[in-house]
Amino acid sequence: MTAETGIGARVRRKEDVRFITGRGRYTDDINRPGQLHAVFARSPYAHARIGSLDISGAEALPGVVAVLTGADLAADGIGPLPCGWMIHSRDGSPMKQPPHPALSQGTVRYVGEPYAVVIGETREAAQAGADLLDPDFQELPANVDTASAQSTAPIHDGIANNLCYDWTLGDEAATDAALASAAHVVELDIINNRLIPNAIEPRAALGDYDAGTDMLTLYTTSQNPHLARLVLSAFVGLAPEHKLRVVSPDVGGGFGSKIFIYSEETVCGWASKRLRRPVKWTADRSEAFLNDAHGRDHVTKARLALDAQGRFLGLKVSTIANLGAYMSTFSSSIPTYLYGTLLAGQYTTPAIFVEVRSVFTNTTPVDAYRGAGRPEATFLLERIVETAARELGMDPAELRRRNLIPKDAFPYATPVALVYDTGDYQACLDKALALSDYAGFPARKAAAKARGKLRGIGLSCYIEACGLAPSRLAGQLGAGVGLYESAEIRVNPTGNVTVFTGTHSHGQGHETTFAQVVSSRLGIGLDQIEVVHGDTSQGQFGLGTYGSRSLAVGGSALMKASDKIVTKCRKIAAYLLESKPEDIDFEDGVFRVRGTNKAKTFGEIAFAAYVPHHYPLEELEPGLQETAFYDPQNFTYPAGAYVCEVEVDPDTGITRIVKFTAVDDFGQVINPMIVEGQVHGGIAQGIGQAMLEACRYDRETGQLLTGSMMDYAMPRADDLVNFDLDVVRTDCTHNPLGVKGCGEAGAIGSPPAVINAITDAIGVRTLDMPATPLKVWTALQAGSAAAKGS
Amino acid sequence: MAKSHVSTTVNGDPVEFLCDAPETMLDVLRNTLGLTGTKEGCGTGDCGACSIIVDGRLVCGCLMLAVEATGKSITTIEGIGAPDRLHPVQQAFLEDAALQCGFCTPGFIVAAKALLDRNPDPSETEIRYWLAGNLCRCTGYDKIVRAVQHAAAEMKGQPA
Repeated sequence: MTAETGIGARVRRKEDVRFITGRGRYTDDINRPGQLHAVFARSPYAHARIGSLDISGAEALPGVVAVLTGADLAADGIGPLPCGWMIHSRDGSPMKQPPHPALSQGTVRYVGEPYAVVIGETREAAQAGADLLDPDFQELPANVDTASAQSTAPIHDGIANNLCYDWTLGDEAATDAALASAAHVVELDIINNRLIPNAIEPRAALGDYDAGTDMLTLYTTSQNPHLARLVLSAFVGLAPEHKLRVVSPDVGGGFGSKIFIYSEETVCGWASKRLRRPVKWTADRSEAFLNDAHGRDHVTKARLALDAQGRFLGLKVSTIANLGAYMSTFSSSIPTYLYGTLLAGQYTTPAIFVEVRSVFTNTTPVDAYRGAGRPEATFLLERIVETAARELGMDPAELRRRNLIPKDAFPYATPVALVYDTGDYQACLDKALALSDYAGFPARKAAAKARGKLRGIGLSCYIEACGLAPSRLAGQLGAGVGLYESAEIRVNPTGNVTVFTGTHSHGQGHETTFAQVVSSRLGIGLDQIEVVHGDTSQGQFGLGTYGSRSLAVGGSALMKASDKIVTKCRKIAAYLLESKPEDIDFEDGVFRVRGTNKAKTFGEIAFAAYVPHHYPLEELEPGLQETAFYDPQNFTYPAGAYVCEVEVDPDTGITRIVKFTAVDDFGQVINPMIVEGQVHGGIAQGIGQAMLEACRYDRETGQLLTGSMMDYAMPRADDLVNFDLDVVRTDCTHNPLGVKGCGEAGAIGSPPAVINAITDAIGVRTLDMPATPLKVWTALQAGSAAAKGS
Repeated sequence: MAKSHVSTTVNGDPVEFLCDAPETMLDVLRNTLGLTGTKEGCGTGDCGACSIIVDGRLVCGCLMLAVEATGKSITTIEGIGAPDRLHPVQQAFLEDAALQCGFCTPGFIVAAKALLDRNPDPSETEIRYWLAGNLCRCTGYDKIVRAVQHAAAEMKGQPA
């Protein structure tokens, strides 16, 4: 039974029937009796002081119930939105964290920042009220540019040079020495483009306060409802934790953007308590563009030192990271501990030094977006390695091979604080080269040239650190929370099972994958297992889903809980079968006295636990329910090799991906069909970053120029091809499943492969993302002009 | 402002509703008729999450005024199949795991059905161009395209 449904089986997703028939239940599908609607008044300016705000006109409109401002919020003691990760600068000083009120108090610092909320009987009435608000804005100088932010006017009082922190990692002296003695030094300036996440489900919140029980229920689009409850309770002061229930029902994609604690859910919860009626808000797409935390936005200078044989000696990196106007929930950790620590990549580079200056600008806050720091590290590294190969006249695959950490070198301690537990990078690269027919590329390039097209091929060997995270280490590095995960298994009296996880599924398929894990451990069918997540009143606690952590950490907690269940079942079985627990074998859902036919099924044991007429009540409690918490010993290290092949039309710059190969090592895979989907989606988002997606602000006014799906291009079906996937397997050595995580790999590995391929095709050294047809065509014209001039 | 009275057909059933002039068909489906399977992703016709079929044509529900439904026949995701009688497109999406978060999925299934209704044997390129009006952020489209090919093959194999 379990071989077909257990670990490794390509099982259909249990959650899908509701989705394919329109029966999914997302936050905006929920309505409560007497519900009011919230519309936020947002700043039209990138930086302005609010001189006075007259709300009387809006308040007087028919259908408007309330107009609330930052002053009301402060009066009610609703605190600012915190950043949960403390970073210290190189001089030991703590990061400069400006207050981030849920509704601005006196000054607005980016276009779209909410400064008031209008609550109406209908959304239309609330909108009409918001349209009447016309504060006396006094415009201030604004800056949206990352590179120059340290020399522009301060955005926050008391924060000089708009500098949040100046952080370093690694041995600067050793790195400088390597650079000074190297046979070759390759320098590269890299921009990692700013992205707007755009989960297809817009964010939404519905606060529903029950004055009779003093219980506030908040339905919201969160990747981590328990964490949301903790932050809203302990830091924001919305309600005591036991009087706040956060429900994240079906959630339509997150990609990081639904991790964070935002203004709108805070305000809907607070307003519901104030007005004693349910208050609902659903973002329109324009609000999603303006206000959901953006991703990436790095400006970097890097130098790689190589010896005469092409071995990497040292890497020195200097990055400016844009935080936006305020610090979002995990913003400080992304360009530091999720970025600098990844700069060894798959290579044996002995000396690495990185410095990161994170700056404030008059833009939307920036935080984790699929990959979160690791794509930035991988793009830098794989671009500079590719550039080195070209400048040295070496095959890029051979240069990489020469520097890969060998298979027998694990566990491997990098010079940037990580210890990789396992991997086989050589095997990934070899497999990717074979699958992509790397050897046959010159012939394909020649054939394309005969048709007037330019072909290019690009590699990328990525590593990521995920399975966040060992709590003690995270605490030492500045995290404000632990990063363990919880699981609970409730065996029902009839022998089927309800599983509670502290992680949250918003596309990852946990209802299936986690059920497969339990099916394997308890020997019961998938149809006997229900996985529950997303409601703080049901599961105990958890940290949620991000950083490819759910299976590695949450699945491991589930393994522990399963083992506790089996241990108790063994004792019950021993009593019922008049044997000893150590003499009971458990296989395929049957407990059997070793070497006999005396046996009880899992269902019979469960029934005995709940109807304990014949039961060891002196030694065992009745019932069958176990909870486990799992705190990982280390990060997990998925890795892989990607090959992208493109064809460029030199007349138009239009670039088509003709073949994309991805070989990943995720360790043990529970459901290959789900894992393939995760890789596909990650690759598509990476290709989006590399070729289509560009967040642009007007440099003078700070207005978001790419504020709609017509202005911000995302990959569509006709932009992509089917992807060629394969795997290499080295199991994680420190979690009981041997799993590593797969959610972000595609988005981490693919951008450098794409840009390496395009620059190979058109023969240029650098090309900023996204490589739009205009940019490719312009680069080609510049190249041919330079050729003519020489 | 007086509401308009609209008589139409939704998923084969005669339906009457009252609506304000600016209300979209999507608003009425979700808020008045309780058919929440059709989703709003952008409200500007760019993402296709609100795809419905109106008299055989694929339409963005967010771009159609509800009053335009008068006398029309509308099919939503709820009318395409149910858990105990899945349409072949739904069956293929299920078997091939052609969805992840599920939010764009109703729109894709409606769009794919509209494609197969008019072209029972589309090429991969035709599928990709037809579905280019629907945005999915999760799947990279790979399994969606394969599921539509799979559904087309299944539907051809069935007696007409």
